[in-house]
Amino acid sequence: MLQAQHLILPARLDDVSAVLRPGEITAIVGPNGAGKSSLLACLAGLLAPSGGTVLLGEASLSGLSPQARAQAIGYLPQSPEVAWDVSVETLVALGRLPWRDRDAAAIDAALATMELDDLRLRPVSRLSGGERARALMARVLAGGPRWILADEPLANLDLAHQQTLLQVLREQARAGAGVVMVMHGLAEAMNHADRVLVLFEGHLLADGPPEAVLDQKAIRRAWGIEAKWLGEAGGRALAF
Amino acid sequence: MSRLVALLLAALVIAFPLSLLAGRVWIDPFAAPVPNATLILTELRLPRAVLAVILGAGLGAAGAAMQGYLRNPLADPGLFGIAPGAALGAVLSFWTGLAGTPWLLPLFALLGAGSAMALLSLIAGRSGSALLFTLAGMMIASLAGAMMSLAISLSPTPFAMSEIVTWLMGALSDRSWNDVVIAAPLTLVGIAVLLRTGPALDALTLGEQAARSLGLDPRRLQWLMIGGIGLTVGASVAAAGIIGFVGLIVPHLLRRYTDGRPSQLIVPSALAGALLVLVADCLCRVLPLQSELRLGIALSLLGAPFFLALLLRLRRELV
Repeated sequence: MLQAQHLILPARLDDVSAVLRPGEITAIVGPNGAGKSSLLACLAGLLAPSGGTVLLGEASLSGLSPQARAQAIGYLPQSPEVAWDVSVETLVALGRLPWRDRDAAAIDAALATMELDDLRLRPVSRLSGGERARALMARVLAGGPRWILADEPLANLDLAHQQTLLQVLREQARAGAGVVMVMHGLAEAMNHADRVLVLFEGHLLADGPPEAVLDQKAIRRAWGIEAKWLGEAGGRALAF
Repeated sequence: MSRLVALLLAALVIAFPLSLLAGRVWIDPFAAPVPNATLILTELRLPRAVLAVILGAGLGAAGAAMQGYLRNPLADPGLFGIAPGAALGAVLSFWTGLAGTPWLLPLFALLGAGSAMALLSLIAGRSGSALLFTLAGMMIASLAGAMMSLAISLSPTPFAMSEIVTWLMGALSDRSWNDVVIAAPLTLVGIAVLLRTGPALDALTLGEQAARSLGLDPRRLQWLMIGGIGLTVGASVAAAGIIGFVGLIVPHLLRRYTDGRPSQLIVPSALAGALLVLVADCLCRVLPLQSELRLGIALSLLGAPFFLALLLRLRRELV
């Protein structure tokens, strides 16, 4: 389990607590500036909260060595940069750094999962936005983390690749990994997450199954808009 | 061993003995013996060539690590302010008239480098932020530069002023085994320290936040960078004055022949840096000028057009 206990970050998070379970896809949603990315960074051990703690299992995340933390938690930032024009294969292999190896089987599997076999030797500068986003996710998968924390992983993907990525993350969750995603699309959160955390102005407004949490009242309160859900469970669309 | 490393090593193995033959007095192994050839070789050219290889290797490795650390192909080891710090130390040895005493000039330069390293750690050591670190380095470089100018303007004698200015141009002429004894261990330890930064620099390819998620300890990396750059650049300035552009040009030229990971650039850059300084110093010796061209000037003359070409290419990419 990954637990946030009374997290406080000045002007960003105000006493946020949540228990995240392996095997689940958890979506963190909220309007701009709600503290979503800050919460994700705290859960990844990349931001030290001024109050509260993050527990990975029974251990405090801040007490773990950077290597042990990196082996357990794979993190995909919101605007990932790639400073040097490396090949897709080299980029994905960076995901093995926490293990200090270049496990070819793990790298091949990650490339295959993200449908990058044909692009493995292509330099990153010659990838489209979607291909690059897939390569960066493959980098996270190559490390075989128990937790996958991704900040808006669907942002640069077309619909087909959004579907592929959501399927991949579902498979990871079925295999026992915990998946936590910051999302802007409420329909994706509603249809694909097992659980949703709604943040608003640094507070945790709601926490639970998407059907229960993402109701009109919560959307009105957090986003300030009138919206209604259309369609059936699992295939809902948001009209506003 | 990669093909690039093997190639550079082979070039160095060929260039090194050839460089010993070149100079004002050419030594042709197949012609009649030159008077004092053994003395010229063992006491003048050999220490000079060894020093060129060692300092070039240090500067090349430092440049590769620096570019990886700052994720910028235009970064140069001089940015951390350690070279100006070392130069200030050396200038003070001239200013106080102690430069003539054996060992004191390099010792002052090393103290200057050490002070710059300490100041750098003090200002930026706790944050682990590369941005703060660079700004601190620039501040130190600016301060050291201003103090050097002050020392030059307040030179006790015109002779001291001339010596300072000449020394600052950087050269390997008149260097002895004493300089090798000072520079070699420090540079080799510095390169070993820089090699340890490899995995962390690779992780930084993905930006600071993603790198930390891969297990990077920014503070540890910062300490390694201060130690590695300080030792290599400090030793270089202590032994030869300021030699610019090697750390900028070499990694940049070689990057396309590696897989792009900063860790894979350090060893080739060390070898190519050694080769560049060795060849450049050789050219300084053989050019038919009234007095020998200073190595620092020669490398700047080579480096400036290279830098300009780099900027023009960057401009084309931005348009």
